[in-house]
Amino acid sequence: MDGTLIIFWGFAGLAVVSALSCITRRSPVASALWLVVTLFSLAALFVLLDAQFIAVLQVLVYAGAIMVLFLFVIMLLNLGPAGPTDLKGPAGLGVGVLLAGGLFVQLLGLARAAPSPGLVLPPGAVARAAAEQGMVPAVARPLFAAYLVPFEITSILLLTAIVGAVVLAKRKL
Amino acid sequence: MLLGPSLAVSAVLFALGVAGVLLRRNAIVIFMCVELMLNAVNLTFVALAQQLGVAGQIFVFFVMAVAAAEAGVGLAIMLAIYRHRHTVNLQNINLLKG
Repeated sequence: MDGTLIIFWGFAGLAVVSALSCITRRSPVASALWLVVTLFSLAALFVLLDAQFIAVLQVLVYAGAIMVLFLFVIMLLNLGPAGPTDLKGPAGLGVGVLLAGGLFVQLLGLARAAPSPGLVLPPGAVARAAAEQGMVPAVARPLFAAYLVPFEITSILLLTAIVGAVVLAKRKL
Repeated sequence: MLLGPSLAVSAVLFALGVAGVLLRRNAIVIFMCVELMLNAVNLTFVALAQQLGVAGQIFVFFVMAVAAAEAGVGLAIMLAIYRHRHTVNLQNINLLKG
């Protein structure tokens, strides 16, 4: 077992354990902080998968901006001390665990599938392209050439979200 | 290669996110579990991008943009619900239950 694989399983284990804590902690603030740990470990996994720029974005956008927004709203609502438990009753618990377990078994079957060999690039091709063109240009060039229209549509989506959030959250327009 | 292990980890994280959505009652925690599911899908995209080209990493951008928009609008809805009902516990928000 080489070093990369050891680091990979270390961060993967951390991500799974903290995700488990996130869905079982009673207090919403504790859940949010455990989710931040998951997001950081996922950023580490992205680095191991030759996606360094995405890893930086993950820390900045997800762990930085989105989770701060969550914590801010938890603070704003002032939810007070959590009740004895936030989980559903025994029937709901059983159904939920059963459904999630079934889905997990199905998804795990997908993990054994390999992409069709005609589509697979030679090993290390993405890392080599990043080394030749630079880490950010390798991602940015296709984003602003082949994927320009989706990129512009995303800006409209964000504008709609801004307007919608203001309309919903404002007491009186 | 890390493709198989990455897909397995993302399957675990997605199932945990689904379990959280099904088991929790606090609407804000359910939102966080949805973010967890989106992140599991991001891990799949990045893992496959290593073998199938950089387009998978570009999709992660779009997923992040949609997640940011969803978090903004969703939390604004939470604020509006809290203002009307003084709770975000989904047990007490059951007008459509019949």
